[in-house]
Amino acid sequence: MTLTVSDLSITRGGIPVLEGLSFQLRPGKALILRGPNGIGKTTLLRTLAGLQPPLEGTIEGAEDQIAYAAHSDGLKPTLTVTENLTFWASVFGTSGIQSALDAFDLNELADRHAGNLSAGQKRRLGLARMLVTGRPIWMLDEPTVSLDKNAVQMFADAVRAHLAQGGSALIATHIDLGLDGEVLDVGPNKAKPKPIDDFDGGFL
Amino acid sequence: MSIAAKANALWEYANPRKFLATSERVLPFFWITSLACICVGLIWGFFFTPDDYKQGSTVKIIYLHVPAALMAINCWLMMLATSLVWLVRRHHVSALAARAAAPIGIVMTLIALLTGAIWGQPMWGTWWAWDPRLTSFLILFLFYLGYVALWEAIEDPDTAADLTSVLCLVGSVFAILSRYAVNFWNQGLHQGASVMRAAAVTGTDTEEKVSNIFFYPLLVCIIGFVLLFIALVLYRTGTEIRARRIKALMARERVSG
Amino acid sequence: MIALLLRDLKLAFRAGGGFGLGLAFFLIVTVMVPFAVGPQSSLLSTIAPGVLWLGALLACLLSLDRLLALDWEDGSLDLLATAPLPLESVVTIKALAHWLTTGLPLVLAAPFLGVLLNLPVPGFFWLVISLLIGTPAMSVIGTFGAALTVGLKRGGLLLSLLVLPLYVPTLIFGAEVARRGATEMEVQTPLLMLAGITAATIALLPFASAAVLRINLR
Repeated sequence: MTLTVSDLSITRGGIPVLEGLSFQLRPGKALILRGPNGIGKTTLLRTLAGLQPPLEGTIEGAEDQIAYAAHSDGLKPTLTVTENLTFWASVFGTSGIQSALDAFDLNELADRHAGNLSAGQKRRLGLARMLVTGRPIWMLDEPTVSLDKNAVQMFADAVRAHLAQGGSALIATHIDLGLDGEVLDVGPNKAKPKPIDDFDGGFL
Repeated sequence: MSIAAKANALWEYANPRKFLATSERVLPFFWITSLACICVGLIWGFFFTPDDYKQGSTVKIIYLHVPAALMAINCWLMMLATSLVWLVRRHHVSALAARAAAPIGIVMTLIALLTGAIWGQPMWGTWWAWDPRLTSFLILFLFYLGYVALWEAIEDPDTAADLTSVLCLVGSVFAILSRYAVNFWNQGLHQGASVMRAAAVTGTDTEEKVSNIFFYPLLVCIIGFVLLFIALVLYRTGTEIRARRIKALMARERVSG
Repeated sequence: MIALLLRDLKLAFRAGGGFGLGLAFFLIVTVMVPFAVGPQSSLLSTIAPGVLWLGALLACLLSLDRLLALDWEDGSLDLLATAPLPLESVVTIKALAHWLTTGLPLVLAAPFLGVLLNLPVPGFFWLVISLLIGTPAMSVIGTFGAALTVGLKRGGLLLSLLVLPLYVPTLIFGAEVARRGATEMEVQTPLLMLAGITAATIALLPFASAAVLRINLR
């Protein structure tokens, strides 16, 4: 499934942050999203995931294809690793959390409560959570925060395996993961902000 | 101009600039006529109508009580209408008008409740009774409070407009439900809605009529309150639009700065 | 959907899940009432149905701010919104879980607290019936309030201010059923009204809750 974004403009809190963004994400490819803080990377990922409407432009091929992993990853501290993963697997209608446990080396932690994991282990669990959704397009917002060097490698391997199986990934990150894909630099929005619509234009 | 074209032209006032320009032009008219109507109505009502044979001069509080009560309800209806317009057509002025109207509704509800209490003391011998009408107004007051509090609590103006609009819709349904529930719960002391009932006005209903001699000054007062309400809403909506403009300017400053 | 319900129940029963807090609150409020109004048993038995209804309502209200806020904070709501599960079902399940963990225990505890307040014998049956029918409406309405205020930092007080007026019809008819039942009057009319309100809120309000949740997730 190819994700096609054309002439996309997005807003955060009513203020346009990114404008005229166009790109394609083909199966097997990764796209690394780069740019300074506050530029709208998170907003872009949320828009693509369908959590907020775009201001302008079209997104094709995103419907029910996107697994979204934000800074907070929907894990419950009082549930065990297995319980957390099983829950999200059944919400997304998939089965088999074993491959996710394997991919992020969580087998030994399977019966631990998520609240007792270290920050890095939690992060791995969050990424495993995304794996069990079975969705082909991954949207990752700063996935390597609080991961050590080994875990970053593990993460990069998991993404590579995902790409090899025909999936794709859009990753907002600052470090080089050595993935097969392009880099999309989003610069600050220098253009004068456009009025949101005719009526909001009337406010200015 | 055809009706459709006229309807289209009406939407143009949803443009904040056009709205401001027009409302500034018509506002003096509404201020003057509303004050004139209220002055005439109150003076006529207070000094040139006889005392009621049963209620004495107490009855004259009706000239404040009834118009305020009517506006309290109609203000909510107006908010309901503008909320719907916002949800369907997304005109910012519409949402801001609903926001601007709510405090006016609160004041009108308070006036109705207070004048009612002042009237009720000599008539029923109590400042407050859990009569269905009184109770319904109290509940309406609570709905207004919640609505205003929600507006105040949310930072993003569009989110606030969306959420308060949905609250207004849901609240309307529950307000009506409460009205029936309260009626069922206690039958009450308050007389029926006697002002607008045709039989009461024309005088065939002898039991609880508002006779003509009280009715005409009351009508003038009601018209005055309606005009005052329109003037206040226009004025406050203008203020809200200016506040939004400041917000938009500051946002632009931040983005391009 | 069942997975979501089971998870919510599991979370409620695990440590820190807050199960039983509402019940304890209900007990404490009921115990405080005689201290406030005096121990005369005739007075207590007159006000018992209303006090128990009010206590149950407040206990319900107290637990609302956790209903969606926890899932909001850890991002679960974002993920549920991208899942192939309509948000309407999510909020319905959330309300159901809230009812099972808060409303139903209140219903079951009410007769025991009725003993403390000298509730007349015929009142017990109708108290339980009215609470059984009324508490689901309170959960559903509460979910709407929770969805409205989910993004707010200090939404707790605002939530009460928004939800309590919406509880008025349910409280009036519910307490009326309990009161009439206690004095052996005819209960059919308020009972039907109560059931009607509950059925209508369950059928319609989840759409409004899902709509405001979508707005808040934006």
